[in-house]
Amino acid sequence: MSDASVQAESAPPEQMAPALAVRDLEFSYAGKRVLESVSLAIEAGEFAVLLGPNGAGKTTLFSLITRLHDRRRGEIRIGGYDVRRQAVQAHARIGVVFQQPTLDLDLSVAQNLAYHGALHGMGPREARRQAELQLERVGLSDQHRTRVRRLSGGQRRRVEIARGLMHSPRLLLLDEPTVGLDIASRRELVEHAHRLCAEEGVAVLWATHLIDEARPGDRVLVLHRGRLLADERAEALADRLGVANLGDAFDLLTGGLTGGEEAPCA
Amino acid sequence: MRLMPWLHCLLGVVGRELLRFLHQRSRFIAALVRPLVWLFVFATGFRMALGVAMTEPYQTYILYEVYIVPGLVGMIQLFNGMQSSLSMVYDREMGSMRVLLVSPFPRWYLLICKLLASTLVSVVQVYVFLAIAWWYGIQAPPMGYLWILPALLLTGFMVGALGLLLSSFIRQLENFAGVMNFVIFPMFFLSSALYPLWRIREGSYLVYQIAALNPFTQAVEMIRFALYERANLEAILISTAVTLVLLALAILGYNPSRGMMARKGGGGD
Repeated sequence: MSDASVQAESAPPEQMAPALAVRDLEFSYAGKRVLESVSLAIEAGEFAVLLGPNGAGKTTLFSLITRLHDRRRGEIRIGGYDVRRQAVQAHARIGVVFQQPTLDLDLSVAQNLAYHGALHGMGPREARRQAELQLERVGLSDQHRTRVRRLSGGQRRRVEIARGLMHSPRLLLLDEPTVGLDIASRRELVEHAHRLCAEEGVAVLWATHLIDEARPGDRVLVLHRGRLLADERAEALADRLGVANLGDAFDLLTGGLTGGEEAPCA
Repeated sequence: MRLMPWLHCLLGVVGRELLRFLHQRSRFIAALVRPLVWLFVFATGFRMALGVAMTEPYQTYILYEVYIVPGLVGMIQLFNGMQSSLSMVYDREMGSMRVLLVSPFPRWYLLICKLLASTLVSVVQVYVFLAIAWWYGIQAPPMGYLWILPALLLTGFMVGALGLLLSSFIRQLENFAGVMNFVIFPMFFLSSALYPLWRIREGSYLVYQIAALNPFTQAVEMIRFALYERANLEAILISTAVTLVLLALAILGYNPSRGMMARKGGGGD
């Protein structure tokens, strides 16, 4: 389908290019619009919360960015690389934490990470070095040899984050990463992801339906029924809509009052 | 492009599959018990009812359990191939398929790595089975055990690619039973695994025709001949062709803009 992406063939991608750039993304499934003219850009070191109720199209957006499928219209670039035409370069720059757990429970943490390293073309030695580095960062250095089955839910998520960062991506996608975690682990995970942004310059796109996972100062993207209804700082959004906090803003946008029909698109 | 990263990827995928195999001892035992029950129970009973006259590639009159061994080898590979390919669809394995597919390597390469990995697991199972059969007294010429290796690789790819293809086009398979009934059993029973084609022909011409067309028959004959240090050229050619076609279709099925991934829409919300 749409090979009609307008952009002239790859300007040399540089550090200047946004970590993630999505333009006019459209996706339909079984005759139904799942995503409608979605455009967004996330810069290096930015933490963006993709907020949307279940069924808003968050996972679909992630699947398109990671090119699990790509029957769509529009353009997606990672660090300047088109995910369709420069798939190899683009993929090498994405780290993903999927909604459902994807670690092998019967294998050790180290074995899981080694597998990921191999999938990114790393030799065993380099993979081990990266794995140790990232595990230390998430505070799990001592769990190297532990079987994943014996880790807690929060620890598993942290291993998945460590895994997603092994190949030094420019963009880290997290799809509802706190599902099933207790409050303490949730908070810890949110904080950890923020630290990554600040320290590593990784751009983070964090999808959730839980409003309290957006912190003051975070950029908030509200996705509802496949349309991006807002894209600004949490406080600015509340101010603009004349409500007290993000929670109210979210309710207002996603149909607390109207169907979200007339909501301003960012 | 540099070659080493490709090799690392291949070794990583194969290594993981073998590790998982070692950890799933129950699966290994099930994979062995199935053909052994056929060999020890079914074949022993049938030995009385059913002698097998001299047929190619056998040099002498043979016992039924000698005849059935290559068919059971094929059965091991058939089960293994279906199981590992289809497990990607259900029981939480969908997640690990995603992990595989977001790798920067091209998809066709990742799928081939995956197929090679599951094929090697089935080869290990086959050799353990053959060792037990040897101990039981069913012994082929020693070099035959080397000869069958390429035949096993090809068969593994064939059934694995078939499984991949099914996994990409069938949207929902409630469980393994559906595949057993509609794919594995027909392929196995309507082949030369249990009876030589000429014998099937005596029974029913229709069944004979189906069995002759069944690619699994070709795979089994290829293994049978190889085990006796012979090359059944026709079987090799047909098996290779079928494998290539299935592989191409499976890769097409996993193409991001068509097949499973497009239709499944990524699941979730």
